Amino acid sequence: MSFLTLSNVSHHYFTKTGFTKALSNISFSIAEGEFISILGPSGCGKSTILSIIAGIMKQTKGEVLLHNKPMDRSKTQIGYMLQQDYLFPWKTIIENVLIGPNIQATATKETKEKATSLLHEVGLSNIADAYPASLSGGMRQRVALVRTLITNPKILLLDEPFSALDYQTKLKLEDLVFQLLQTYHKTALLVTHDIGEAIAMSDRILVMDANPGVIAKVFDVPVELRNEMPFMVRRHPKYQLIFDKVWQELNKHEGAMSKS
Amino acid sequence: MQTKLDQQLYKAYLEKLKREKRFVLIWQLILLISFFGIWEVASRFYWIDPLLFSSPSSITTLLISRFSEGTILTHMQATLLETILGFIIGTVLGIIFASVLWASTRFSKIMDPYIVILNAMPKVALGPILIVALGPGYISIIAMGAIISVIITTLVVYSAFKEVDPNYEKVLKSFGATRWQCFKEAIFPATMPVMISTLKVNVGLSWVGVIVGEFLVSQKGLGYLIVYGFQVFDFTLVMASLILIAIFAAIMYKVVEKLEGWLMKHTIDGQ
Repeated sequence: MSFLTLSNVSHHYFTKTGFTKALSNISFSIAEGEFISILGPSGCGKSTILSIIAGIMKQTKGEVLLHNKPMDRSKTQIGYMLQQDYLFPWKTIIENVLIGPNIQATATKETKEKATSLLHEVGLSNIADAYPASLSGGMRQRVALVRTLITNPKILLLDEPFSALDYQTKLKLEDLVFQLLQTYHKTALLVTHDIGEAIAMSDRILVMDANPGVIAKVFDVPVELRNEMPFMVRRHPKYQLIFDKVWQELNKHEGAMSKS
Repeated sequence: MQTKLDQQLYKAYLEKLKREKRFVLIWQLILLISFFGIWEVASRFYWIDPLLFSSPSSITTLLISRFSEGTILTHMQATLLETILGFIIGTVLGIIFASVLWASTRFSKIMDPYIVILNAMPKVALGPILIVALGPGYISIIAMGAIISVIITTLVVYSAFKEVDPNYEKVLKSFGATRWQCFKEAIFPATMPVMISTLKVNVGLSWVGVIVGEFLVSQKGLGYLIVYGFQVFDFTLVMASLILIAIFAAIMYKVVEKLEGWLMKHTIDGQ
């Protein structure tokens, strides 16, 4: 049963001097509750896919379907997490978290309670009235996560959300995000450079190739790894096996790129 | 033992800071006193022509008598009011124009050459036209005070709007925000520091506009007194007006600086 489907999506970037085809006939679907990672060399259009699904960019060709119907942009069905937290420095933590509901004019007393309990859940109690400047990078990214989850999105788009963090914080946050997504049964799409992270977190991995961006290969993460916490996956005997396969696949494309 | 030494070092550090501050202050006073002292002496001994350059003592006498008569107060009032209004109108209009430009990329493209011309043009040259259009009164002068800062404010604030990190907008758009909501939640507040720093520039510009305006037309104001003193060859009056302008401009600058500090604190990091 497909939940989100991309069918023959292409995207071009136009400039005065010419155009680049960032994506070419991208088709894949995600089942509800599934976690998919996209790996690929830089410039393969990974982030463009997320922007198109989020409705921030319009694809030049193809369709994005939710439940086999074109997506309704008026309702929020998407939560977007970026590389950096992009918390608004002039707003308090609670104001930052409630920005989505405020924009959609759906903020109620319950939303605020939910925000507080979600903040508590990610280990950030008693900071509701603090400002982002007084928080560490990991804390800020957790606030951004809560901000994303508060609108109860159907799909989470994660655009390298852990890449700006130090390694230890990153591992901890991976576990936290994984756990939250499982608890709330969310569907997620993660863009990353980190093979280990992709294996640790997802059910399926799409490896992309650049110029133009296409899906080169799809890897299914072994069933035994799927329900383990990311931290434990990295110690699993099967982890290294799939890591090597993905590594070789990625190398193939990067090799081809340097030759051309 | 250890703590005692630490305390001593800290005390020595504070002492050093205090000494430095005192040193600077003393030299500032020496400069001030010697400037007026030399001026006074030079004038008394006819090293400079006292008719042209007056002297601190005659300026003081003039100011005291004018203040006790109260005649100078109306002039001060007029100039201050015009400057403050010109400053506020220029800044607010500039920010509004910048917002309009931001609202429509196409409109800003169309307006681009005209803004360039308006910016390059010396605004005081518009003085006579303003006077013809708005009448020879304080409205023209306020308009001069405003027009001199409005274009530059528009340009500076507009370019600051455009430089706001697009990812803030991306976050808001992922929640389905409209363009207006993006402006209200991200673009405008993120540009606050730039807008606040234009205040300091604008306060100086407004003084220029108002004084020039008063040169051209008016029966009141410190700029008028300068021109009047020049025409009747009363340079003591010219110098006295200059000193008053310098004092008020400095005070206004300081007030805006304080306001800037306050605004920065309460709008940017919100600490």
